[in-house]
Amino acid sequence: MSATADKVPTTTDLVTVMIDGLETHVEKGTLIIRAAEQVGIEIPRFCDHPALEPVAACRQCLVEVASPGPDGNLRAFPKPQPSCSMPVTEGMVVKTQYTSEEADRAQKGVMELLLINHPLDCPICDKGGECPLQNQAMSHGWDESRFVDTKRVFEKPLLLSSEILLDRERCIMCQRCTRFSQEIAGDAFIDLQNRGAMQQIGTFNEDVLGFDGYGPVGAAAEDESGNAFSSYYSGNTIQICPVGALTSAAYRFRSRPFDLVSSPGISEHDSSGSALRTDHRHGKILRRLADNDPVVNEDWITDKDRFAFTWQNQADRITQPLVRKDGELVEASWPEALAAAAAGLTAAIGKTGTPADSKAKGVGVLPGGRVTMEDAYAYSKFARLVLGTNDVDARTRCSSDEEQAFLGATVAGTGLGVTFAELEKAPTVLLVGFEPEDEGGVVFLRLKKSAGRQSVITVASHLTRGAQKLGATLVPTVPGHEARVLASLKGTNATYKELRQPGAVIVVGERAAGSAGTLTAVGALAKRTKAKVAWIPRRAGERGAVEAGALPGLLPGGRDAAAAAARGAVATAWGTSSLPQTPGRDADAVIAAAAAKALDALVIGGVDDSDLTGDLLKAVKTAKFTVSLEVRRTAVADAADVVLPVAPPSEKSGTFVNWEGRLRAFGTAIRTDAMSDHRVLDLLARQMGTDLGTATVDAVNAELASLGAAPAGHRPTVPAEPAPAASQKSTNVAGEMVLASWHQLVDEGALQDGEPHLAGTGRVAVARVSPATAQRLGLHGVVTVTGKRRGSIDLPLAVTEGMVDDVVWVPTKSPGSWVAHQLGVHPGQTVVVKGAAA
Amino acid sequence: MEGAGHVTQLTPVLSATWGLEHSWNFDTYRAHGGYEAATKALAMDQADIIQAVKDSGLRGRGGAGFPTGMKWGFLPADDGGPRYLVVNADESEPGACKDMPTMMAAPHTLIEGVVITSFAIGCDHAFIYVRGEVIHVYRRLMKAVAEAYDNGWLGTNIKGTGFNLDVTVHAGAGAYICGEETALLDSLEGRRGQPRLKPPFPAVAGLYARPTVVNNVESIASVPSIINHGVDWFTSMGTDKSKGMGLFSLSGHVNRPGQYEAPLGITPRELLEMAGGIRDGHTLKFWTPGGSSTPIFTDDHLDVPLDYESVGAAGSMLGTRSLQIFDDTTCVVRAVERWTEFYKHESCGKCTPCREGTYWLDLIMRRLETGRGTMADIQQLLDTCDSIAGRAFCALGDAATAPVISSVTLFREEYERHVTEGGCPFDPAASALFDYDSAPEEAHA
Repeated sequence: MSATADKVPTTTDLVTVMIDGLETHVEKGTLIIRAAEQVGIEIPRFCDHPALEPVAACRQCLVEVASPGPDGNLRAFPKPQPSCSMPVTEGMVVKTQYTSEEADRAQKGVMELLLINHPLDCPICDKGGECPLQNQAMSHGWDESRFVDTKRVFEKPLLLSSEILLDRERCIMCQRCTRFSQEIAGDAFIDLQNRGAMQQIGTFNEDVLGFDGYGPVGAAAEDESGNAFSSYYSGNTIQICPVGALTSAAYRFRSRPFDLVSSPGISEHDSSGSALRTDHRHGKILRRLADNDPVVNEDWITDKDRFAFTWQNQADRITQPLVRKDGELVEASWPEALAAAAAGLTAAIGKTGTPADSKAKGVGVLPGGRVTMEDAYAYSKFARLVLGTNDVDARTRCSSDEEQAFLGATVAGTGLGVTFAELEKAPTVLLVGFEPEDEGGVVFLRLKKSAGRQSVITVASHLTRGAQKLGATLVPTVPGHEARVLASLKGTNATYKELRQPGAVIVVGERAAGSAGTLTAVGALAKRTKAKVAWIPRRAGERGAVEAGALPGLLPGGRDAAAAAARGAVATAWGTSSLPQTPGRDADAVIAAAAAKALDALVIGGVDDSDLTGDLLKAVKTAKFTVSLEVRRTAVADAADVVLPVAPPSEKSGTFVNWEGRLRAFGTAIRTDAMSDHRVLDLLARQMGTDLGTATVDAVNAELASLGAAPAGHRPTVPAEPAPAASQKSTNVAGEMVLASWHQLVDEGALQDGEPHLAGTGRVAVARVSPATAQRLGLHGVVTVTGKRRGSIDLPLAVTEGMVDDVVWVPTKSPGSWVAHQLGVHPGQTVVVKGAAA
Repeated sequence: MEGAGHVTQLTPVLSATWGLEHSWNFDTYRAHGGYEAATKALAMDQADIIQAVKDSGLRGRGGAGFPTGMKWGFLPADDGGPRYLVVNADESEPGACKDMPTMMAAPHTLIEGVVITSFAIGCDHAFIYVRGEVIHVYRRLMKAVAEAYDNGWLGTNIKGTGFNLDVTVHAGAGAYICGEETALLDSLEGRRGQPRLKPPFPAVAGLYARPTVVNNVESIASVPSIINHGVDWFTSMGTDKSKGMGLFSLSGHVNRPGQYEAPLGITPRELLEMAGGIRDGHTLKFWTPGGSSTPIFTDDHLDVPLDYESVGAAGSMLGTRSLQIFDDTTCVVRAVERWTEFYKHESCGKCTPCREGTYWLDLIMRRLETGRGTMADIQQLLDTCDSIAGRAFCALGDAATAPVISSVTLFREEYERHVTEGGCPFDPAASALFDYDSAPEEAHA
């Protein structure tokens, strides 16, 4: 991306070196091994990794080096030098294994030594066939081993977590995994132990599992700080392991790499749009790997991106349309199902041509936050063009009109905004309602990369371990009071001054919508400080839905559905005379309306009822008619009248728009009969007599391109004044406090189903309160958190230093803690916390 | 060197007070001129002290022989932040026994050197990293440091000069690799002791990433004498490029093993004579000039002057001047096998050549020594050494190959006899300096 690429080095930064007789000019400070790559010379290596600091431990990359001395004459280094750690200097002459007998002999010697203790179990090793040791032993090693003695062995495998296994006898001590853990992820859970030939990668004391609420669900080893290992990024160590020492429980012994077909893709798990590679065999996904994308995820993905792919092929996968007959959902043909769906929806919108039409109350559309931009566009167009309503909302989380105005005015159709690179380089990053490690995925790794060079300030209830790894400063804030806190950042305030530095970024998460005035206050703060704003939602489809206008008040490109000119422009593009004018309901209102019989029908995409505080299942059951477009037989699908199967991301093509505003198009990895939502909606519209024009990804993208972004005047305006914070009526109930909550990266989200090894690395659910609050209420052991509408949650208490008083934090959807479902409240609302009955 | 017939005399400087009653006490040391040099130094210009040490030609006594004054000169200009002196007292080389006796018998010589050096380089916190196994040395050093505090030679405003200095004595946990200066620094910082990638060198970013001087015990202990007696006195001893005196440690099959302090350039023949010669009835077979890390010599090398240049020219290294003497009863294969086992045990594991290479060498050496080896194994030893020497991360790897290569070169026929005779042709009891047969099994190892 030209907008974000580092500046092109000027010629003065270049040094001239000679490598194997080839003269080349490389940037000053380039390592020899990288300079050689630039001229197409590959020097074998193991410990070297471009994203990690050099250690020069494996000694595989030894080359002959000579550089000019003070007198200008070339002086050869007496011994071969590791090319992975030595930077080039002007006039340096390097001879690799191709031109130096000494370098070749050194490399072959090291290779032989690496292999003496390495088992010859390649035929059963996961890495066999894609193994740097195997490959380089073939290309740079001797044909036969002269080692006739007994090889060193270890007990195997060692469980680092429920997902990551270590076979120590295969390890060649390159330290890539330990360096990744320390340098990149900040979870130093493994380290070198013992010495000499018995040196090994080991874990920390497993007998003393200190509990502090960051521990994993499954069995795992402890990290350097005494915390049980629960890294969200551990899978990357498997990928960078140059041998088969690290394997995953999910993939171990499942396949041979040469039997796999690899397809590039984009992760469906968060809004970062990480590039990944899906490896599949006979239509079945065996594993996923990080793809290198320098501008987005660099070399890394989260464990969720890597391991959570089994959800789509569970036993409840829907492959045939279902139609409710005599109260039961039964398999039907596509024509039959489409006809049934069309009939039900036609009745609900009053287009049957019968007297009943006058009583029709319309249809609400809930696409869900996980669909592609093309799908979201189809839902938006289907709602407005076919169903004649603005009742469409992809946001199945806490949301607000203020948020919609904010998104329409400052996010939708604005193209590439703050980028990963800008985030990395920002001198100051203010986090508002956003927890990078839990809600940002690889965003956390970018911030971690700048830890120490960058000031991170977080407006939150407490400082999490993730925030601590970033060296973040906490602005202790009761959920709901963010707007007030942001408004106070002015004048001589230190944070305010830091934010005024050029390049500063304010990151605001989707949770800000649940705190009245916050997004407006963010806008005002950005204006005061000239800091850039990045809106980072959680789900992969959120930004695309905003772009496509799958929100009640937004049309594609950030157009205001309430503005006549904007509606007119879209109507013209869509070949219709007008678009519905009635202000649309948001998701909560759609659900409430259906439950109150103010809507006749619902069209629901990938929505998990347990994510909602409103009772979606009741709404579906109350509504006269519901069409569900689903991958799996969810509770919503089970309650629907017609279920139309749609494709999971691996079986379709499309575009996720990541939080940067970058289009992350992906192709079909696995070809099946499954269709995308946009194609199914196109068929359904056709059945209802309208050509939606969304049959293909190309068609949708052509339309989106011709619509373009909203011109000035077609956009919603942000409210100038922060909306007044909703007054919390205190009921004086003992133990009443404000709820803080967010999703853990690894939790019980629907897209993590069917992967117990990953689930085992998720953190145990705890309820956090400040020491003063715990003392005031005499809380200890297990506490019960009770919401206003539904039930309660029992969780172990974790007293958290530095946390704001009278606030309780619980994870949003972790084992035993499904906040929306069990409490029926959003963060910022009040709950009651009591010591659990013994 | 002077002409033949010249007899080198011992020059007890560091060891001058060792024979005194309670030589390790502050009072004894003080009564015999101790801390006079420090008194003198604290009144000097810092640059003059550094210049004096540079002019003296004092070279690192830890084995590498790098000019000490030059090392101090590498420190960047004072930036107001801390800078450290770290004394390497992790003496662990098989055969080396000079720093431990120094610290046992005259710990204040070292502490006085630390005071002068710290003052010269602008350091207010010095560390002495002592090998962990030598608990008695550690205790004596702690006691001496406490005495130095009590007598105003450490602490704040030392002797009214405004100079502050704290000394921390730190015991290692028993790793030979921690004698490598960067591994020592990591260990001192509480990390795993493995050598660091250089650059940055300790002078630029050493202990806690601050400018640091790391010197051997004997180097630092030599500083007071240079200040006391002057550069000319020091340079009057030794050879052209190897100035001054040094401790020579003789061990093994000699009649009077021990430390002999003499000018550099003394010959082994002279030292052997001082030590009462090879044990009676036997002849010299081979010896190490500077500990097990230096290629072995035979009686052909008895007239090689023991200075850095001459020993290097003869194909070995002066190292720590640890002369291990082996007589004709010793099986060279067995001796080298013990050393190899040591290097295998002490390899830190960081780099492939040393970690895997020493493991392999040990297996082959054991096989050969017990008569299970083949002629190809002898060649494999040399080939494996070729894959270690000059490839390893630090000098430990090179060191491990030195006894192997030199012994095969000098005694190949003895290796071959182990193969052809299917066992060791020597009687281990004959070479033992104790009653071998009644000794515990471990002593037979």
